[in-house]
Amino acid sequence: MSIGSVPLRYRISVDHDQCMLCGRCVESCPYGVFRKEGEHIHVNSRVCVACHRCISMCPRDAISLVERPVDYRSHPLWTPQVREAIYNQARTGKIILSGMGNAQDYPVIFDRLVLDACQVTNPSIDPLREPMELRTYLGKKPSHLDFQKIDGDTVLETKLSPNLMVETPIMIGHMSYGAISLNAQKSLARAVTECGTFMGTGEGGLHESLYPYQNHMIVQVASGRFGVDINYLERGAAIEIKIGQGAKPGLGGHLPGEKVCADVSCTRMIPEGSDAISPAPHHDIYSIEDLKQLVRSLKEATEWKKPVFVKIAAVHNSAAIAAGIARSSADAVVIDGFRGGTGAAPRVFRDHVGIPIEAAVASVDAKLRSQGIRNEVSIIASGGIRESADVAKVIALGADAVYIGTAALVAMGCRVCGTCYKGLCPWGIATQRPDLVARLDPDVASANVANLIHAWTLELSELMGAAGINSIESLRGNRDRLRGYLLDESIMKILDIKTVGA
Amino acid sequence: MVDTIRIDAKGMHYTPLNKAIRAAVASGARKIELDHVMGQRFIADGLRGNVEIVINGVPGGDLGMFMSGPTCIVHGNCEHAPGNTMDSGTIVIHGNAGDAVAHSMRGGMIFVRDDIGYRGGIHMKQYKEKRPILVIGGSARAFLGEYMAGGLILILGRKGKFPDIDRGIGSGIHGGKIIIRGSVTDHNLGVGAKKNDLKEEERQEIAPLIEKFTGFFGLDPAPLLNDRYYVITPSSARPFASKYTWEV
Amino acid sequence: MCGIIGVIDRTRQCMDGTGIRAALSQMDERGSGEGAGYAVYGAFPDFKDYYAVHVFFDNLHETKPLVEEELSKWGIIEHQEAIPTYDQPNIRKVHFPWRFFFKPDSHLMPWSTTPADDIVTHLVMKINSSIPGALVYASGKNVAVFKASGWPEDVADFYRIQDYKGYLWLGHNRYPTNTPGWWGGAHPFNLLHWSVVHNGEITSYGTNRRYIESYGYRCSMYTDTEVVAYLFDLLIRRHGLSIETAVKALAPPFWDEIDQMPERDKEIMRAIRLTYGSALMNGPFAIVVANHDSMVGFTDRIKLRPLVSGELGNRLYISSEEAAIRTMEPDVGEIIMPKAGEPVIGRVRG
Repeated sequence: MSIGSVPLRYRISVDHDQCMLCGRCVESCPYGVFRKEGEHIHVNSRVCVACHRCISMCPRDAISLVERPVDYRSHPLWTPQVREAIYNQARTGKIILSGMGNAQDYPVIFDRLVLDACQVTNPSIDPLREPMELRTYLGKKPSHLDFQKIDGDTVLETKLSPNLMVETPIMIGHMSYGAISLNAQKSLARAVTECGTFMGTGEGGLHESLYPYQNHMIVQVASGRFGVDINYLERGAAIEIKIGQGAKPGLGGHLPGEKVCADVSCTRMIPEGSDAISPAPHHDIYSIEDLKQLVRSLKEATEWKKPVFVKIAAVHNSAAIAAGIARSSADAVVIDGFRGGTGAAPRVFRDHVGIPIEAAVASVDAKLRSQGIRNEVSIIASGGIRESADVAKVIALGADAVYIGTAALVAMGCRVCGTCYKGLCPWGIATQRPDLVARLDPDVASANVANLIHAWTLELSELMGAAGINSIESLRGNRDRLRGYLLDESIMKILDIKTVGA
Repeated sequence: MVDTIRIDAKGMHYTPLNKAIRAAVASGARKIELDHVMGQRFIADGLRGNVEIVINGVPGGDLGMFMSGPTCIVHGNCEHAPGNTMDSGTIVIHGNAGDAVAHSMRGGMIFVRDDIGYRGGIHMKQYKEKRPILVIGGSARAFLGEYMAGGLILILGRKGKFPDIDRGIGSGIHGGKIIIRGSVTDHNLGVGAKKNDLKEEERQEIAPLIEKFTGFFGLDPAPLLNDRYYVITPSSARPFASKYTWEV
Repeated sequence: MCGIIGVIDRTRQCMDGTGIRAALSQMDERGSGEGAGYAVYGAFPDFKDYYAVHVFFDNLHETKPLVEEELSKWGIIEHQEAIPTYDQPNIRKVHFPWRFFFKPDSHLMPWSTTPADDIVTHLVMKINSSIPGALVYASGKNVAVFKASGWPEDVADFYRIQDYKGYLWLGHNRYPTNTPGWWGGAHPFNLLHWSVVHNGEITSYGTNRRYIESYGYRCSMYTDTEVVAYLFDLLIRRHGLSIETAVKALAPPFWDEIDQMPERDKEIMRAIRLTYGSALMNGPFAIVVANHDSMVGFTDRIKLRPLVSGELGNRLYISSEEAAIRTMEPDVGEIIMPKAGEPVIGRVRG
C-alpha cells in the first residue's frame, strides 16, 4: 500500500477574467508551474515553491497563491511538517535537506526586548542636527596605552593592530559564489563599497570581477580551502576562518557538482562539475591551540597587515570557545546564531542545533569581560538580524557589529521561499543558471541593498539619539538600556537585563 | 508716581524680586535698577510693559523669558538662555552669556557685547511681523542657530579675532538666516545649511543693527559696516523630509 | 539638574568650608534638598599618611566589628572616631558616619606595583558588596568627605564644615532621580585619591560599568557617578595616562574632527578611541574631579550641561554657575566657558 501523495503545499490559481495571456508567468517560473495552451494558462500547483516571481511579474494581479489549501486534521504535536517529513523519509530513507534559516516556532528573544529612550533627565539627540557616530573599528585593541614624553611631545608607544573601519556596524555576511550568483555577489559588493562597510566572500573564492571591491571584502578560509591562495588572502581587507555556521553547527558544506560551472570551478580552483565538499572540521584544527596556528599562519602570510576573524556557530559553550579564540591572536569572533540562513542544510540541524544569537552574544561578551580580554577581540553577531532594532539590541547586548545575510538577499528580491538548494532561484540570487542569473541587475540590486543599509543606519541613529547616545561605543554592551518583556528570569539573568518596569 | 525705582536684590529669591519688579511696573515706573543681582533666575519672566530694567550683577538663567515689551540692560554676564521664548522687547548684555541664548525666541532683540555659549539662537522662529534678532559682538560656540526656523542671528566677531565657530552652524536650519563676519569653514556648516556671500540689500539690512549695537556699547561702527560677511541660510525648508518613507 | 563647584589653591593655602557652603547654597535652585556634600583635601594633617576610610554605618554594634575585622586583615587601624555631627532640624540622622585612619600592610599584596592603594580599593569593594549596613564612601589619604540628605547649608552645618580646612574643596547640590534620600547617593563620590562631583546623567553607564567591572571594580552605589571615580583611578593611576589624555578618552573629539587633525594627533586620538571606547562617557554631564595635586572640570562632548571657570590669584574655581563662583570670590577675574569635552585643569605647584 503506497503512502500516496501529500496534500498540495501551495495552490496557484489564475483569474482568467483578469489574465491577458501575456505569458510572463510562464517565462518567470523555472519550476514549471505554468503552461500556456491556446488561449489558456494551465497551472501545476504541485511544483510551486511560493517564490512569488510570477505574482510580482503579472501585470494584472491575476495570480493568487494559497498556502496549505488542504487541511490535515489539526494536532499540536503532529504538525503537517512533521507528518510530511515522515512520509518523505519513509519513502526515501534519507536526510532531509532544507534552505534558509531555522523554521521552528521558537520564541524570538529580540521580540521580547525593548529599547530605552530619554525623558527629562537627559535630552534625546536629533542625529541629523548633532553628531552621531556609528563608525566602528573591528579588531584587536590594546588594553591600555603607553605614552612617552620626548622633548615635551607626547609620543604614543603602543602599536595598534590593524582594524577594519566600518562607517556603520552593519556588514553583509559570507555567502559564497556558488551558493549565490555572481550578479548577487557583485550587487552586494557594490552596496558595501558605497556604504563604507564590508561583505564576506564565503568560501567560494574571489571572482576576478569582484577585484574592484576587494577593499570591502572579507575573504573566507573554510575547511575546504576553496580558492585560497596567497593572492586571495592578500586581496581581502580581512580574513575570516570559518569554523561553523549557525544553520548547521558541526557540519561542513557540500556544493553539488552541477552547480560547479566553469566560472565557479575557476574561483574555487576545482574541476568543473566536481562536488565541492567542505569537511566538518578543518583538518588542521582539532584543538584550540591548532586554531592559533591557523590564525598565525594567515597573519604571517599577509605580513600581519590584516585582521583575522574566526566564525563559530552559536552553541552551548560559545562563551568559553570565544575566550579561547580571543587568546589565539584572532581579531574578531563572529558568532552565528541558530537562526542563520543557509543555501542548504539538513533540516534536523537547521531546526534543532545551536542557540539564539541574543543569548550567545550576551554570554560571550560577559565571559570576555570577566576575563579582562574584551578588548582582545571584536564581536560580530549574525544569524537572524531582521531589522535595525535587532541591530541596536544585539549591540546593546555586547556585539560590535552585525552581519546580515537573508535581509540583504530579501533586499534584492528574495521572497524567503527556502528553496535555495534547488539552484533554480527565479530571482537570480541562489542559482548559477545563466538565464536566471541575468534576471538580477547589479545596478538595481546594489542600489536596493545600499538603500537598506542606509535606512537601517538612519534608524539606528534615531534609536541611539532617542537614548541620548551619540557614539556607538556607548551603546555597546549597554544592557541597562534594554528591558525584557515577558522573558523568564533565567534568560534575563543570562542577558544581564532587567524586566520592563524595573 | 516715581520715574526710577531701585531695588537691592542682595540675597533675594527671584520670586519676591519679580514681584517687586511687577509692582514697580504697575506703579508706573519707567526705569527699574536692580543692584547686587547674583544668580536670580527668571528676572522679568513674562513681564509686559514698556519699562527699562537695569541689572547690575550676574542674573541667573532664563532672563527675560516670555518677556513681552520691556528692555533689560545687564551690566555683567548672563548664565544660560537669556531671551528664552521671548516675545518682544530688548535685552542688552554688557558681557558674555551662557548656552542656548535666545532659545525659541519669537520676537524682539538681544545684543550681547562679547561671546555666547553653545546652541545660540536655537530654534528661533518668526511669524508675520514678529522677527527675532540676536546680535553677538564676539563669537559663539557650536550648534549656532540649530533648528533655526526664522529671525536673524548676526555674529560680529569683535575682540580682534574673527569668530571661530565650531561645528554644526545652522544645523537643521529651515528658516531665517545667520550672518557671520569673517570666515566660515564649510565643514562646520550643519546639515541643511548653505553659505553665501552677503548681498548688498543684506548689508543695508544689517547696517542699522550694527549701529544700534555699537551705540549700546559705545563702539565705532565703521570697521564693522564694510567688512566681509557670510550668510547662512536653509538649503531647504524641509531639510529632513527625504528621511522618511510610508509604511505600505 | 544638580549644581557643582570646586576650588583649588595652587600653593596649598587652606580655606575653611564657609565659602563653599555659601557658593553651593547659591545654587539651591539646582537641587532639591535631598542630597548635598563636600570633599576637602588636606583635612587631616595629623593623619596625612593614613587612608581616611569613611563609613556610613546603619548601626555600630553589629556592623562596625565586621568592618574592623576586614580592615585588620589587611593592615592596622591607627585611629578611629565618630565623625562629629550637629543635629539640624532638616536632617534626619539615618546613618552613623565614622572614620578610620588606616594603614595597609603592603607586604600582603606583593604582586602589585601599588599595593597600598590596591588593598584599600579591594577593601572598599569588598565591604560595600558584602557587609550590609556598612558603606565606605571615602577612602583617600588626607581627604574628608561630608555628605547627607538635605540642603547644602544644612549638610554643611550638620558636619560643621567651617571647622575643617583644606586647599581643595568640591561641593555638590543634588537633584536626585535615582535613590533619593539615600546618603550613599549624595556626591562627592570618592575612591582613594579621587573625588567626583557630577551634574547630569551618563547614558553610557551600562557600558562603562561593565568595562570598569572587568578590572575588578564593583559598582555598589546604584548611580552613574561612582563609575567616574573608578575610571579616573583606572586610567590615571593604573594605566598611567595624564589627566589630559584621560579626559580625551572619556570625552573624545568626534571622528570627523579627528579625521582633520595632523597625522600624529590623529594617530593618538584614534588609539585612544579604539582602546578606551568602552570608557567613553555619553549623555549630558558636567564633572569636576580632584585628587591631591589637581582638579579638573569638563563637560560632555556636545556640551549639554553648563560649566564655567574663573581665577583669582592662586585659586581656580570651576562651577555650574558664575553666580556661585562670585558668591565665593566676588573679585574673580574673567569667567571662561570651556569648550565641550576640553578640560580645565588646576594643579598645585611644586
